[in-house]
Amino acid sequence: MWWETILLALREIRRNLMRSSLTILGIIIGVAAVITMVTLGGGVTAKVTSDIAKLGTNLLLVRPGQGHHGPGGTRSTADAFEVSDAEAIALEIYGLAAVAPVASQVVQGIYGNENWSTTVMGSTNAYLTVRDWLLEKGRTFTDSENRGGKAACILGATVRKELFGGQDPIGAVIRLGKLSFQVVGLFAAKGQSSFGTDQDDFVLIPLRTFQRRIAGNTDVDRIYVSARDGMSTKKVQRDIEALMRERRHIVHGDDDFHVRDMQELLSTMTGTTRVLTGLLGAVAAVSLLVGGIGIMNIMLVSVTERTREIGIRLAVGALERDVLMQFLVEAVVLSSCGGLIGIVVGIIAAIVGAHFLSVPFVFNPGIVLISFVFSGAVGVVFGYFPARQAGQMDPIEALRHE
Amino acid sequence: MNKGTSPQTRSRPLITLHGITKVYGSGLAAMAALKGIDLIIERGEFVAVMGPSGSGKSTCMNILGCLDTPTAGAYVFENVNVEKLTRKQRALLRRHYLGFVFQGFNLLNRTSALENVELPLIYRGIPVAERRIYSLRALETVGLKGWEKHTPSELSGGQQQRVAIARAIVANPKVLLADEPTGNLDSVCSREIMEVLVGLNRDMGITLCMVTHDAHMAIFAKRTIHFLDGLIDADEQNHRV
Repeated sequence: MWWETILLALREIRRNLMRSSLTILGIIIGVAAVITMVTLGGGVTAKVTSDIAKLGTNLLLVRPGQGHHGPGGTRSTADAFEVSDAEAIALEIYGLAAVAPVASQVVQGIYGNENWSTTVMGSTNAYLTVRDWLLEKGRTFTDSENRGGKAACILGATVRKELFGGQDPIGAVIRLGKLSFQVVGLFAAKGQSSFGTDQDDFVLIPLRTFQRRIAGNTDVDRIYVSARDGMSTKKVQRDIEALMRERRHIVHGDDDFHVRDMQELLSTMTGTTRVLTGLLGAVAAVSLLVGGIGIMNIMLVSVTERTREIGIRLAVGALERDVLMQFLVEAVVLSSCGGLIGIVVGIIAAIVGAHFLSVPFVFNPGIVLISFVFSGAVGVVFGYFPARQAGQMDPIEALRHE
Repeated sequence: MNKGTSPQTRSRPLITLHGITKVYGSGLAAMAALKGIDLIIERGEFVAVMGPSGSGKSTCMNILGCLDTPTAGAYVFENVNVEKLTRKQRALLRRHYLGFVFQGFNLLNRTSALENVELPLIYRGIPVAERRIYSLRALETVGLKGWEKHTPSELSGGQQQRVAIARAIVANPKVLLADEPTGNLDSVCSREIMEVLVGLNRDMGITLCMVTHDAHMAIFAKRTIHFLDGLIDADEQNHRV
């Protein structure tokens, strides 16, 4: 009986194919929009997650100043770190893989006729470990370059492109600010970060060279600390905080430095993208409701048109319930068809969209199931009123209807 | 109501109407369509109901067919008091014991003759295979063997009415109610339809109640009832040649 009711509904839908397609357009668009939005949102979340994971989830960032930005932040007045702080961390904290003190400044890079404004970072080879950089060509700094403050540099892919074009930069001499540096290495490109910044736009030079020749002081802007695998970053964070308080003579009151765990950053970022995804999905869901109203409208028309048929069915012994079910099933089949087509359209749109936004396509079976069930539910809710009207018709009146 | 019923219920007439009235509207606008009908129809009868327009014969048929409820009076179908039944119970009574034939055929468009005939069986929950057998048999009874696949628009008026009759009898009803079954047909087709109806009454023992305007059709029945102004004016047995 159920199967027959569904077959009957399908036949009725096929009879008015044009009208049925227009009716379910609203549902198709609604479901497709929900699936596209949520799937793309999932892709963005996945990209952010993987980007931050690339930084290393066991990465900690120690900076002078208080953690919060904006008004009330006292970062500018806090004392900078020194190399000795990084050395102390490396020496006294247990469970670290690498410690990289970093100082940086924007300078003009010049090679031949080309010039390009970029960030020069002074650090040690440990920087490659903590930030997960690989060399495409050349070598890292030698011990003597590090200790002696020699003028050697490793180029980021963007700087190389801007200054050298396709040429091999290794061994060439470029000017950074007023000084000449020999290019000893070239970083493999990482591309854009999920924050939209170009990660490849920098030049790495030995920290001592940076301090002596460019900055003219012994300041360290920040210290990257990478914990060994399996070490709790929370514990390492607490240890560093204790050590730095001791070194900076903070007995009570606010710390004038902060240690940020990348895991924290990761959860903040993914939290934000999830909220945005939810919001977009909710907006898309509204169009599903509008589609439901479209179905109700057409079902009401259909009930009026088929008054005579309803009369015949009631006369030959159909119960109110039978007629109600017939029209309800028709509405649900209609909206479910819309749901199925919408799922296909939505997945295709999500694949195309993911390609253009260059985020991964993450298939989300949950949202597919939810939107299918929801489209069916829309059919039940908006089909019920017309169906009840059909069932409650007076058979004599219905039979007389022309 | 089954075969093993007691002699007492057996002796009861199939249909008993007692003091049936039907009033449409209320107050000053009230209009009595039926003003107290007493009528007994026995099993196996073939009754023709005649009368001018507005005499109440269609209203009476709708009440007999459980499509409408009387304002007052008693309607006993076998041993069931129909006027006390709910809407749903009346639908079940129609489903199991009544068949309808209408003036306008009332077939489902764009649906084959076979599927039209199957319709009452669907609501009786009869499986597809059996349904097919019964429906083909019913179509054969009305002389439409070989026309199963045709839709109403591909059939003549007489053929359409025969499909409607097949639909009415496919579920083996106790009573077949026909509301001007030949009203839309020419005299040749009308005669054919009447012969089908007479055959059903004679060979299958179906009780028939037919409204008609046409005295030529009424003479096919065994008994003729004349309605006038909401009352039964005459009730006579026909003596067919």
